Amino acid sequence: MNEIIWDLIKDKTIDELKKGIREDGRSLDQYRPIKIEYGITKNADGSASVKLGNTFVLAGVKFGLGEPYPDSPNEGAISVGTELLAMASPSFDVGPPDENAIELARVVDRGIRESKAIDFNSLCIREGELVWIIYLDLYVLNDDGNLFDASALAALSALKNSKFPKMENDKIVLKESTNIPLNLKRLPILNTFTKVEDLLLVDASLKEEKASDGRFSVCVTEDGFMTAFQKGGIGSFKKDEIDRCIDLAFKNAELLRKLL
Amino acid sequence: MNKRPDGRNPEDLRPIKIEVGVIQRADGSAYIEWGQNKIYAAVYGPKECLPKHIGNPYRAVVTYNYRMATFSVPERKNPKPGRREIEISKVSGEALERAIFTEKFPNTEIEIDVEVIDSNAGTRVAALTAAAVALADAGIPMRDLISAVGIGKANGQLVVDLNKEEEDAEDAVDIPFAIMPNTEEIVLLQMDGLLTKEEWKILCEMGIKAAKQVYEIQKQALKSKYFVEEL
Repeated sequence: MNEIIWDLIKDKTIDELKKGIREDGRSLDQYRPIKIEYGITKNADGSASVKLGNTFVLAGVKFGLGEPYPDSPNEGAISVGTELLAMASPSFDVGPPDENAIELARVVDRGIRESKAIDFNSLCIREGELVWIIYLDLYVLNDDGNLFDASALAALSALKNSKFPKMENDKIVLKESTNIPLNLKRLPILNTFTKVEDLLLVDASLKEEKASDGRFSVCVTEDGFMTAFQKGGIGSFKKDEIDRCIDLAFKNAELLRKLL
Repeated sequence: MNKRPDGRNPEDLRPIKIEVGVIQRADGSAYIEWGQNKIYAAVYGPKECLPKHIGNPYRAVVTYNYRMATFSVPERKNPKPGRREIEISKVSGEALERAIFTEKFPNTEIEIDVEVIDSNAGTRVAALTAAAVALADAGIPMRDLISAVGIGKANGQLVVDLNKEEEDAEDAVDIPFAIMPNTEEIVLLQMDGLLTKEEWKILCEMGIKAAKQVYEIQKQALKSKYFVEEL
């Protein structure tokens, strides 16, 4: 119901943003309160929940065993999935992941994978035969905007919380963990910017997203690298706007990293 | 400055050839050869929105279907569209939608179908380049064309239009990039790899320059169909 109203009051939302007013009193470059909880389920090998304002995402990790890809015989793998649960929004339906869920999963995946945070060589058990595969699944429980950053943060938190399961005779022993953590060599943080006319908002709420002309996400590491870009939505960014996003991303990521 | 695996300089594009009006049934179409990449693009619409509930009372809905033929890659591709194709379709459609005056056609759909029949890196930007030409061929009013190009890094060098060998390099960074050439607004931007801010600044300039070269080829292709030679 709210969503329809927000579409209709888009002009008012834009006017207020132009005056620098956000509904919860934040500045344009400020995140909502963030709450991370680790180890939310016992059966997962790693898990976390993230609340970003009212946006609520769970992430769970399950290790699997499998054959490596032929072109990388000594590397394990990661697979990221996203479920935009029907309970999370009146506009989400049950069913297989749609294009929005797929895009979200792939952007989160790229940011982590390309940062080389996970040492894929260390996931190799026997070259060409057996490797660990990390199944990382994200469940969106409530969508109040900025699912990208909330999901990326939940994903990273769950990985950080992960411990390898016990393995015997090339099989995972269920219900037994090892205490061996999954080491993360970097902490890549995804930062999404929502463009509303010529303003760039950090951590847009759903109401603000409804007034937006597109978004740009950049994933950054603590040692000065960018590991993923994604422009989405109908809109465009000028070169200097992208540069402003990048500078702000490095700044905000430092704050977010401290929460992990 | 080193020569690239195929002998190109860092700012050299592979040869690009565009033909307009290649699918007879479509309202607009184009065929592009970009290096080894070969892609057909067709446009249908504005047409009735089916199913009706996907329609928007304020503007046309833009649907973009990027698909790869099973035989277009070294190992046979599953004909079912994968997650990569679905993501590419989404962001490419959004890029084109920025250029189209969708508000002129409420409650209609503009459908763009692209089929990759041979590939060697950079298919999404080649497809987008062809799709923009197909939209113009269909007579859809647009703010500008969309001109796309891959930019990135391979073997320690910043380059435009990476081929597959470069994309597979250990240090490869791949950035699909598209602009509206007259305003230089960026409408498609993705990246994966490890890139510094300084490298990005250089690459963005290289991308704008290369996309404008692509734009000239697009214009030339449209002119050769629509302009009668001077007497």
